[in-house]
Amino acid sequence: MKTVYFDNNATTQVAPEVYEAMRPYFCDLYGNPSSMHTFGGQVGIKIREGRESVARLLGCDPGEIIFTSCGTESDSTAIHGALAAAPQRRKVITTRVEHPAVLTVCRDLESRGYTVIELGVDKLGRLDLGELERQLDDDTGLVTIMSANNETGVIFPIEQIAEMVTSRGITFHTDAVQIVGKMPLNLSQSRINLLSLSGHKLHAPKGVGVLYVKKGTRIAPFLLGGHQEGGRRAGTENVPGIIGLGKACELAFRHMEDENTRVRALRDKLETALLGSCPGSRVNGDTEFRLPNTTNISFEYIEGEAILLLLDRFGICASSGSACTSGSLEPSHVLRAMGVPFTAAHGSIRFSLSRYNTEQEVDFTVEKMPQIINRLRELSPFVQGDVAGR
Amino acid sequence: MWEYTDKVMDHFLNPRNVGEVENPDGVGEVGSLACGDALKLTFKLDKEGRIVDAKFKTFGCASAIASSSVLTELIKGKTLDEAMQVTNRDIAEYLGGLPEQKMHCSVMGQEALEAAIANYRGQMAPPHDHGHEPAGRIVCTCFGVTDQEIERVIRENGLTTVEQVTNYCKAGGGCGGCKGEIEKIIQSVRGDQVQEQQLPPARKGKKLTTIQKIQLVQQTINEQVRPALRAHGGNIELIDVEGDKVIIAFRGMCAQCKISEFTMREVVEAKLREFVSDDLYVEEDKDSLDAQHVHKG
Repeated sequence: MKTVYFDNNATTQVAPEVYEAMRPYFCDLYGNPSSMHTFGGQVGIKIREGRESVARLLGCDPGEIIFTSCGTESDSTAIHGALAAAPQRRKVITTRVEHPAVLTVCRDLESRGYTVIELGVDKLGRLDLGELERQLDDDTGLVTIMSANNETGVIFPIEQIAEMVTSRGITFHTDAVQIVGKMPLNLSQSRINLLSLSGHKLHAPKGVGVLYVKKGTRIAPFLLGGHQEGGRRAGTENVPGIIGLGKACELAFRHMEDENTRVRALRDKLETALLGSCPGSRVNGDTEFRLPNTTNISFEYIEGEAILLLLDRFGICASSGSACTSGSLEPSHVLRAMGVPFTAAHGSIRFSLSRYNTEQEVDFTVEKMPQIINRLRELSPFVQGDVAGR
Repeated sequence: MWEYTDKVMDHFLNPRNVGEVENPDGVGEVGSLACGDALKLTFKLDKEGRIVDAKFKTFGCASAIASSSVLTELIKGKTLDEAMQVTNRDIAEYLGGLPEQKMHCSVMGQEALEAAIANYRGQMAPPHDHGHEPAGRIVCTCFGVTDQEIERVIRENGLTTVEQVTNYCKAGGGCGGCKGEIEKIIQSVRGDQVQEQQLPPARKGKKLTTIQKIQLVQQTINEQVRPALRAHGGNIELIDVEGDKVIIAFRGMCAQCKISEFTMREVVEAKLREFVSDDLYVEEDKDSLDAQHVHKG
């Protein structure tokens, strides 16, 4: 059975070009870039090239790039590092819809005496910038707000927020793992201080991430040890991962146009067709300011895990914000923050595309979905004749 | 991804008895949209009072649908008294097990059955009348779980932690504000039971000090022997260890049991030899038994 992969916000296929670029650095060119011999030194050159490639995609200076092991490490480093550099400030502002890599860290800070403000969102998942403005004060040490939401794809006006926050002398961090490679960035023209990205969300392998630290931003190092990454992140470099990420950024730069035209058109086609063929369905989140690859659709009165397992029978991969898929008992914190009713939250399905998806895959999914929805609605005690059986 | 058994997938993909029985004798509805799963069970009785037809409608995940399907299969052909004996564990076992976090799906099946039978017997308000009060006091306000429901899943499934209680009946899985209270309920239900002690990792096979041997004997009795005896209303107490001789006393039903001699040889000695040392042998402390009788008399 062919796999139809519509779960690219979870992780992506490693691009074949990326894999090829990495291959020599396992068994052949395995030297340590810190070594004094040529064998290691040549690897150091490749790390530098990787750094330059990442910097080009982000529109920043290579010296502002710190390689980490993942997006989560980048987030933790940014949050703890920024607060440690401003120890007298005891307030952190974030949002209720952040990824757990940020939200869990902030809630842990709360238990250690910090005041944590979680900004709410409206029913389309949008922030109230007025509320943010009111919360900024001299005690605020850090504002951390994601660039785009992983579940709904809703994009926050991050430049405007960065301007507002940093003009008060407060450090601003953004978790940008979902937006890098999908929307153009130019950090040299931005007020963003700290930005996290994750390799495996843009066709690089798992196990490599980046923390961008704008020149002049003070952060304390998180991992102590050797001199790697200018002493800002100790630990021997993940050489193949960094080289792979460099290649992936080069490809992302080249395919940016494709993501915003062809991939966007595929997403729109999928969304429009599903809404048309499945009664009792609705899109979650703002469709105007949204990642080009993501759609989050609720199918009312049925449960997400059951939908996913039936999609899985056809090789279609997606994800859900239902309670049952996570092993927790409540549906997605993002959908709840948006006030999506329970009738819809439990039946939410996220499709996230990539440049490797095809129109045939979209058509195939559009063909299979109605029968899946009908099958589960026939089982549901909340559905009367009007929605089921069509 | 959940690891579901083939049985779960079979009952999810090919659910048995979907729908609603026409003119049902009993209707049970549990759960809600907010909770993320809900089950409506309907059944019809024949002239002899046996369940001749049972159907379900379920909103929920694969394990909720599979549990509902199995429930209808399990109760068909049973009298109501027989059906009342069906527990959530029967449902889970029929499915070849459920992931721990999904056990509440099997509990939902059991509750729907009870609700339907109560509905038939006229003990509860008819369905769609939400005016009735649930039995007991609400402990978990997020999921509307009462103290009685919590006590019951603890008792019937031998639960020892708040996390397990959440997995079985959802209580504590929302805001978490009631976790302290659940802990208290666990303590009160299991209060009489021996607290598992943290023991050093002594193992069979190496040379044991006397203290390690005694600890290992105690641990083996706690983990391997006592649960089996308790299932039959009995209990066991470690009195002493003298060299390789382990002196024990039977309590409860076991004390009067004619086959306790057999129990001792077969169960206790075998377990101690398996987990502690092949040289051990067991003797029963008759004095202790007499003393208990005298004390009680």
